[in-house]
Amino acid sequence: MPLPDHLTLEIVTPERAVVSEQIDEVQIPGAEGSFGVLPGHTPLLATLQVGELWYRRGQETSYVAVSFGFAEVQPDRVTILAQIAESAEEIDVTRAKDAERRAKGRLDTPVLDMDFERARIAMLKSLIRLRVASRANRG
Amino acid sequence: MASLLDIRRRIRAVKSTQQITKAMKAISASRLRKAQDAMMGARPFASQMARVLGGLARQVDTSVHPLLTQRGPDAPERPTLVIVVSADKGLCGGFNTNIVKRAAEVITDAGRAGVSLGLVGKKGREFFGKRGFDVRFELVNIFANLKYAHAQAIAREAVTAFTEGEVDSVHVIYNEFKNVLQQQVVVNQVLPIQPLVVGEMGDAARERLPDYLYEPDPTQIFASLIPRHVEVQFYRALLESAAAEHAARLTAMEAATKNATEMIDDLTLYMNKVRQAKITGEIIEIVSGAEAI
Repeated sequence: MPLPDHLTLEIVTPERAVVSEQIDEVQIPGAEGSFGVLPGHTPLLATLQVGELWYRRGQETSYVAVSFGFAEVQPDRVTILAQIAESAEEIDVTRAKDAERRAKGRLDTPVLDMDFERARIAMLKSLIRLRVASRANRG
Repeated sequence: MASLLDIRRRIRAVKSTQQITKAMKAISASRLRKAQDAMMGARPFASQMARVLGGLARQVDTSVHPLLTQRGPDAPERPTLVIVVSADKGLCGGFNTNIVKRAAEVITDAGRAGVSLGLVGKKGREFFGKRGFDVRFELVNIFANLKYAHAQAIAREAVTAFTEGEVDSVHVIYNEFKNVLQQQVVVNQVLPIQPLVVGEMGDAARERLPDYLYEPDPTQIFASLIPRHVEVQFYRALLESAAAEHAARLTAMEAATKNATEMIDDLTLYMNKVRQAKITGEIIEIVSGAEAI
């Protein structure tokens, strides 16, 4: 079987389809480490962590902040099912900054029955959002 | 006989009511379109999820997962968690009444073990909230701006209640959107997840799912997907209910507008008759008065 030239990337959240495009390469934040996918990749099913996903079409690279879910890779298509997925342009920087401050505050002043895992994830999410958003501004 | 002035007043009143029902109809129509779009938007996620889950179910031992475990026959009977999805607002025909009626039936059927209620929407809360039921949680005013997070909140409550052994099963009652003219009340068992459901998904996926590399292993992926599956179920119920509500209101308001038109026609006819009778009476008076002279 000849190798396909392109990948069809689909990123869907429970609420909507975020991305549906023909692309050349994608980098996915898997639960056990980030990995890149090129056309013709072996079928793979991986869970995601909170992180930054990027994909490239020609010279153009786009960034998406994703959190939780899983990725299904087939030789000619990649499907990402994520709980949250926001492209760099969509991210509200002020909101993300607020969230970061809140999360930081919570981590700095621990209370007895605090849910550390949740606070940590909130922190991580806001940091990723900010990083992805900064990519949009630069390029 | 009512005076002309009275009839005119009534016609004016009916007309202003009709304006309101007309406006509500237009609003429902646009909200319905939005709700339908949201339903469409949720579909790819749900179907992809079902496909992958089904494929995985054939490879891992699904019976060990806590959310799929049926309560043993000798375990003490515990209540059922019934989640009732109603609307926040009325004026939508039999929408809320049907839900409440069906929920009451389910509660009666539950018998001795009883029920614990989860109330979504103001109308359900109004009815069940003050009748002394064991209410686990309430969620109101969510339909104006429905988000996946709402489904997650419900799922969290349901999963906690189930895994901690406080309830034997979780059911959700909601109005399913069949088409604009039809809503159907359905009762779905959400937890424990019926093995049948997983099996059916497996059938659909049999040809499609290739041999994957798994990262981490299938059992772990399956375990992390199952809670998502529960959330998706609730999300679907909420979306269906929202669309059904707007459809029900659209139909109800259309009927109301039509009835108002008929009423105005009848009243106008009556008014003309009264007017005619009055004129005739006056003519007779004048003629007989002239004859008397």
